[in-house]
Amino acid sequence: MSIARNQGTLTRSIAAHAALLTWTVIALFPVFVIVINSVKSRRVIFADPLALPTAETFDLVGYQTVLAQGDFLLYFTNSMIVTMASLFFVLLFGAMAAFALSEYRFRGNLLMGLYLALGIMIPIRLGTVAILQMMVATGLVNTRTALVLVYTAQGLPLAIFILSEFMRNVSSDLKNAGRIDGLSEYTIFFRLVLPLVRPAMATVAVFTLIPIWNDLWFPLILAPGESVKTITLGSQVFIGQFVTNWNAVLAALSLAIVPVLVLYLIFSRHLIRGITAGAVK
Amino acid sequence: MGALTLTNVTKSFGSTDVIKGVDLQVEHGEFCVFVGPSGCGKSTLLRMIAGLEDVTGGDVMIDGERVNDRAPAKREIAMVFQSYALYPHLDVRANMGLALKQAGVARDEIRAMTDKAAGMLSLDALMDRRPAELSGGQRQRVAIGRAIVRRPKLFLFDEPLSNLDAALRVQTRIEIARLHRELGATMVYVTHDQVEAMTLADRIVVLRAGRVEQVGAPMDLYKDPANTFVAGFIGSPQMNFLKGAALGMRSETVGLRPEHLRPDNDGPISGSVSHVEKLGGETLVYVTTEAHGLLTLRLFGEHDYDVDSVLRLGFDAARAFHFGADGLRLRD
Repeated sequence: MSIARNQGTLTRSIAAHAALLTWTVIALFPVFVIVINSVKSRRVIFADPLALPTAETFDLVGYQTVLAQGDFLLYFTNSMIVTMASLFFVLLFGAMAAFALSEYRFRGNLLMGLYLALGIMIPIRLGTVAILQMMVATGLVNTRTALVLVYTAQGLPLAIFILSEFMRNVSSDLKNAGRIDGLSEYTIFFRLVLPLVRPAMATVAVFTLIPIWNDLWFPLILAPGESVKTITLGSQVFIGQFVTNWNAVLAALSLAIVPVLVLYLIFSRHLIRGITAGAVK
Repeated sequence: MGALTLTNVTKSFGSTDVIKGVDLQVEHGEFCVFVGPSGCGKSTLLRMIAGLEDVTGGDVMIDGERVNDRAPAKREIAMVFQSYALYPHLDVRANMGLALKQAGVARDEIRAMTDKAAGMLSLDALMDRRPAELSGGQRQRVAIGRAIVRRPKLFLFDEPLSNLDAALRVQTRIEIARLHRELGATMVYVTHDQVEAMTLADRIVVLRAGRVEQVGAPMDLYKDPANTFVAGFIGSPQMNFLKGAALGMRSETVGLRPEHLRPDNDGPISGSVSHVEKLGGETLVYVTTEAHGLLTLRLFGEHDYDVDSVLRLGFDAARAFHFGADGLRLRD
């Protein structure tokens, strides 16, 4: 009886793993192709794109081109600044709004929540023309500030939606104990509530981070200037109308994966770590 | 002037009235227990005293001062929660000292006061631990310690024993009673457990649906309930309610405590045994009757009855409580 059940779970676990592995292979395949081709010579990329680099075909010319191009480091820094600043504001304002929505009873609470969540369903790109006009009017075109503002707006709805659900689950006794002990609402928010929703914050951070880092649309429209280009836009210089330097493009893209990967690894550690245990109950 | 005075206090959430006008005076040093079934508004009332809920109408006075619009931290109260609500990022000492630190007390003094409270609750060995490293009973002791350290005018307890297992519950109950004696402080305690209410309280406030049903010392409520609700709520096992007409009495309902019913071959009540519970010191016999439904009989010592056997019951008429059709006690 129990053996039969064990076999049942074993089959199910094999099936689940097969499905997950298939999905992983499909998802990672393009990344894999980019990375292997970034270290091959130009001719081999075209002759046999799926072949692994060998001693003869191994060539770092792409990386050399990218790094020799002095601006690349600047693009990298721009991307980093824009992403980190946007992420900071999305998490800060998202968590604050979520706290207000979940903690305080006020007129229009539900409507406000719906209004803030509406952004999840309406893509911000629909407003590109209006945004561009606003940026022109305020003189923010070709600044990193323009990108940070747009990305913060873009990230907030999902952040508020996810975080307010999590904050509703934070023990109200804990917050009330803080109030009786004379903590200010800000202290309760930053010292008691935020640490307890850290896993949710990490989730939101990952979901916010990746689209911002990868975005080509807004940098192209709002900040195409040489000094404020992001890395995704910067990589486009190697793509020409007639000639494309594939070695350089692939090398640039491979390099662009690294920081996102590092940030993801940092946040995913927090995804798993929960410190709620022992606080209440 | 009492330590806590509530004057016609009401609370509404939108159009729902949760507290429908409560008047109460708690004297200095008194242990007052709010008891009632879940949803009766006892926790809401406690949270209103603490300042965690707004008061819709009426006045809350602590030590003679109206505190309706005062922030919880300024009311000089301390509260112990059901879920302990310890700060997870602070060790035991910092948990206990946080309120004093917020109030700007000097560090040496905080240390002295937390040490003293720790001594009273034998927490000395645990002062550097985090809440996550403590057992449930220890956590609740820390929460009580956190309340003591503040030397509040009023202690508020919100079902502090509900998350503890039975043995620990009895132990902590005794501890709270001891603290009340030693500190001589005014305490307001909320529970749904009438045993806790009976054992701890100087005075019990029985609440139902946002209204006070009766206020009195535990034994007064037990011996002299004002209506069927209080009679049924106080005392365990529950009081039996018999139909007056079937017994040839003029009252609508006759209340009899399980210990006041007895097997009596000439008794007026007849039924069949449906279940017997032997608890060692006492035996509970459940008897199904045609006229009155299920009755509980409490006998001291060990007794044997066959299930489904017929049993006649009698009682001492002087022990019976008489209630009218509206549930109120009839007094001659």
